[in-house]
Amino acid sequence: MGNSFGFGEFTFLMHGLSWTVLLAAIAFVGGGIGGLGVALARTSTSLVARRITAGYIAVFQGTPLLMQLFVVYYGLGLLGLNLPAWLAVAIGFTLHASAFLGEIWRGAIEALPKGQTEAAKALGMHYLPRMRDVILPQAFRIALPATVGFLVQLIKGTSLAAIVGFIELARAGQIVSNQTFAPLLVFGVVGLVYFALCWPLSLYGSRIENRMARATAR
Amino acid sequence: MDYTLDFSVVADALPELLQGCLATIGLALAGMTLALVIGIGGVVMRGSNRRWLRLPVIVFVEVIRNTPFLVQIFFLFFALPNIGLTLNPTVTAIIALGLNGGAYAIEIIRGGVQSIDKGQIEAGLALGLHKSQVFRMIVLKPALRAIYPSLTGQFIMLTLTSSICSAIAAYELTSVAQRIESDSFRSFEVYFTITLMYLGISWLMMTGFSVFSRRYFHYPTR
Repeated sequence: MGNSFGFGEFTFLMHGLSWTVLLAAIAFVGGGIGGLGVALARTSTSLVARRITAGYIAVFQGTPLLMQLFVVYYGLGLLGLNLPAWLAVAIGFTLHASAFLGEIWRGAIEALPKGQTEAAKALGMHYLPRMRDVILPQAFRIALPATVGFLVQLIKGTSLAAIVGFIELARAGQIVSNQTFAPLLVFGVVGLVYFALCWPLSLYGSRIENRMARATAR
Repeated sequence: MDYTLDFSVVADALPELLQGCLATIGLALAGMTLALVIGIGGVVMRGSNRRWLRLPVIVFVEVIRNTPFLVQIFFLFFALPNIGLTLNPTVTAIIALGLNGGAYAIEIIRGGVQSIDKGQIEAGLALGLHKSQVFRMIVLKPALRAIYPSLTGQFIMLTLTSSICSAIAAYELTSVAQRIESDSFRSFEVYFTITLMYLGISWLMMTGFSVFSRRYFHYPTR
């Protein structure tokens, strides 16, 4: 025991980082697909679909992400599904991301002027082409800053997989910290790695937000 | 799979869990108060024309907002004893929540302060109000009203984030649940129940915030 923080430890952290990135990517893609469904259901004409998705969003926005992971992780086990830890955690993050992205995109769809839908209808466009070619491209543009902001939240959120025992960047940090007895150095480095991952995204997000604010101010 | 759900463990532990709920609410309220203080102080410093006052605030906000709370709380947990502060985990958790919420509060409050028309401030000064009076009555209160929805939304997020404080064994709902879970192995039942409790807590807070806003911000704008 009592290794010092050297190259081997750093490699171990980088291995954890690759899991962090992978987990965030799976959750973002899965949540993107799920979130699209949620946003469409939330803005649909069916009252039942609107109610169900509203409840889904309220539950996921009103409970801690950590609890969502726990419930999904142990709940899947109860259903008799013996999934590997990474998959169970990825499903938890995907459900979480679907709710948040769904709510962000719902807001963007509703922010579009009604005339867009009416004009598309007047041109005889059906639901699918109307959404695909008229509504969604504009809505995604409006929602881009908030979507990037949520991606940053999601990357930081993957650190909670550490509490479930999955070895990603934060858990790798805990392990190295226990081995080297240098928690400040290790968590400092881990924090720096997260920062290097998230900060460029945050800057990009606020840059497009400012650009859009200037464009609408004119 | 022959697993039968059994909530009797949860029912037996209900008094402890409800105490955990109170602890979570207390932890969250303490964290929010600290966050508000840091938020207002940070905005004052950020608005200064001295670079050495502005710069630390900018760095603080960016670092906190771009690193996970779990890493922040671990860092603080190990860093505080190094500077001679040996605190119990719950106090460390309050500080961590306050710092984290504070960084977000700075950004939110700053947006509100920027929304105040400069003419209002000049008018206040012209009427002979002191600088601190202008700040309190003309800048802070209307700004707080403008940002109230996003600030309280952030505070509810902070309450939910407080569950992560279980990682350093602070006393709150999740750590109470973890202890019951490790004694009984009824993981799903325990976590499902406290998920509902968190839902109740955030609903309670939302209601509280809207009641407060109706009282405190009830004055005409024009």
